[in-house]
Amino acid sequence: MRTILLATVAAVAASAAQAEELNALVWCDHTDPALIEPFEKAHGVKVNLKEYEGTGTALSIVEQSRPGDWDVFVIDGIDVPRAIDAGLLAPLPVAELPMADIFPEVVLDGFQSRDGNTYAVTEKFGYNTISYNKEKVSAEELSDMQALWSSDEFAGRIAIYDYYLPVMGMVAMGLGKQTADIAEGDLPAIRDALFGLKKNARSVVDVVSSQTALATGEVDILVGGGEWVTAILAADQPELDWMIPDQGAVRWSQSIGVFADSERKELAVEFVKYILSPEGQARLATSSCYWAMPANAKAGKVLTDQQKAALRWDDQPDYLKRAQLYPAPDGDLDAAMQDAWTEMLQH
Amino acid sequence: MTTPERAERRRAWAAVAPALLWTLAFFVVPFAMMAAMSLWQRQGREVVRIWDLSNYQDFLSKPHLLGALWNSLEITVLVTVISVVLAYPLAWIIAERVPRHLQRLALALAVLPFWTSYVVRSYAWTLVLAKNGVLNQALIGAGLIAEPLEISATRGATVTGFVHFFVMLLTLTIYANLVQLPANYRRAAADLGAGPLAVFWHVTLPLTLPGIMVGAFLTFVLCIGDYITPQILGGNSELVLPQVIMLQLGRGADLPMAAALSIVLMTVVTAAWLACARWLRLERA
Repeated sequence: MRTILLATVAAVAASAAQAEELNALVWCDHTDPALIEPFEKAHGVKVNLKEYEGTGTALSIVEQSRPGDWDVFVIDGIDVPRAIDAGLLAPLPVAELPMADIFPEVVLDGFQSRDGNTYAVTEKFGYNTISYNKEKVSAEELSDMQALWSSDEFAGRIAIYDYYLPVMGMVAMGLGKQTADIAEGDLPAIRDALFGLKKNARSVVDVVSSQTALATGEVDILVGGGEWVTAILAADQPELDWMIPDQGAVRWSQSIGVFADSERKELAVEFVKYILSPEGQARLATSSCYWAMPANAKAGKVLTDQQKAALRWDDQPDYLKRAQLYPAPDGDLDAAMQDAWTEMLQH
Repeated sequence: MTTPERAERRRAWAAVAPALLWTLAFFVVPFAMMAAMSLWQRQGREVVRIWDLSNYQDFLSKPHLLGALWNSLEITVLVTVISVVLAYPLAWIIAERVPRHLQRLALALAVLPFWTSYVVRSYAWTLVLAKNGVLNQALIGAGLIAEPLEISATRGATVTGFVHFFVMLLTLTIYANLVQLPANYRRAAADLGAGPLAVFWHVTLPLTLPGIMVGAFLTFVLCIGDYITPQILGGNSELVLPQVIMLQLGRGADLPMAAALSIVLMTVVTAAWLACARWLRLERA
């Protein structure tokens, strides 16, 4: 009995002495132990990760939590202003962050900084464009995006990534519009093109299903795909590739910030610094959930040649020129775009 | 009221109080909050407490929202009917043809797929039904078809996934009813000259209707409220009501519209319960 008591006391003491915990609201790529464990070991802390999809879901989670429950927030780059408006984010000590090493095109100052303060930093980016099976269809055939919805050449061979913002942005670009200029008046033309796309599509799929659909040969083309779908599959299925059509691609990015109500801000900032370091960036870029470009250009020194080839490291200057940022609609346009997307799903 | 009667009443209230409090805290209050929220509005990115029926008007006036309800009803009715038709013979075989000492094992085998995760089972079906999946490969290998059938990402795939799940559920409820049926009823009918079909039609089937209806109602409720199977197997080829509710929550953070659609869903389930309850009562009478 005495031994049990001593063991219990020791366990309780160890638990009390055990490290601080950090609570992070993240995208699935942050849940890779290969990314998180080095930070936990280096700081003797436990990082609790809550994964979510969609900023709406994240905001609901935060609303239902107590102030101080969350420390770190990974959020869609274009949604950072929503989080700043809601007072969720704390200013970051930019002098301690590798801001000069971030690819200039993805800094997104207008979204992430306000009144001289920076509230979030881009940590990863990529493209919503076209992933395809190059044994079944050539990049030349896909060079004109309009062929995806205006002809039946690819009927039954397409899957559409189920996220309205990037795909509607792509369609807008295919119709000759700028993603930043999309207005309600453009929606009828975009909706008609989406209806054409849906008619040719086998399915409209989430992240996991989009990889499955391509990998199993269910479809040959994924509209809205990119390196985040095919790079991780490249080693086993080199026939799966991605390309940017003549009209360009949509660029997505995710950002990281610290919650204003965090009670462990110092540790949270350390986590942000780790994620933005070249080592953290390389691990994040090749995370088990999905691969994509690291925002810190110095991660190139840590990534292997094979990893850089899958990410098309050397093509980035050209890709960044040809890509436009996700549409960033205001509340009313956002609701109208979601309505059009739901109509497409139901069409 | 005498003192013992009052004491008895207090004891009775004390006995039911935990259940009442539980229901109040975890059903009545949340339901009232959801009903209230369904009357608010999302304007821009804000939820505004304006009390009106605009979310319900939107639901009725937008074909893609109303269509989701029809899709849900069509799929649910189809799944319920197919599941009953498949589950009844299975339950009957286990109850009537399998030796009593092996019935427990037979039931365990029948419900074996329950032991795997619902999500994993749905993803497994995508591999079975895919263009290059097990089913198409088997059919092509057997020379029955030349080109793969397009089964995945269709309503057929959704119905298949649902039926696989609900046949197990219905088998349990119908089996439970069948084994309670005294064999003398059927013997009496046979003695009076009824053939096997007439015995089944006039004796066995009516007496097992409670089991069928309980299982069918559970199937209806679980199926019409399910999001996972249509999302994974349906490939978003069409939307059902729970998917539209999830879109309001996950994409737009439009809690008022999600609440309104949830009230619609609850109304349908309540109507199904009223229909089943009344029907079952009549049968028992």
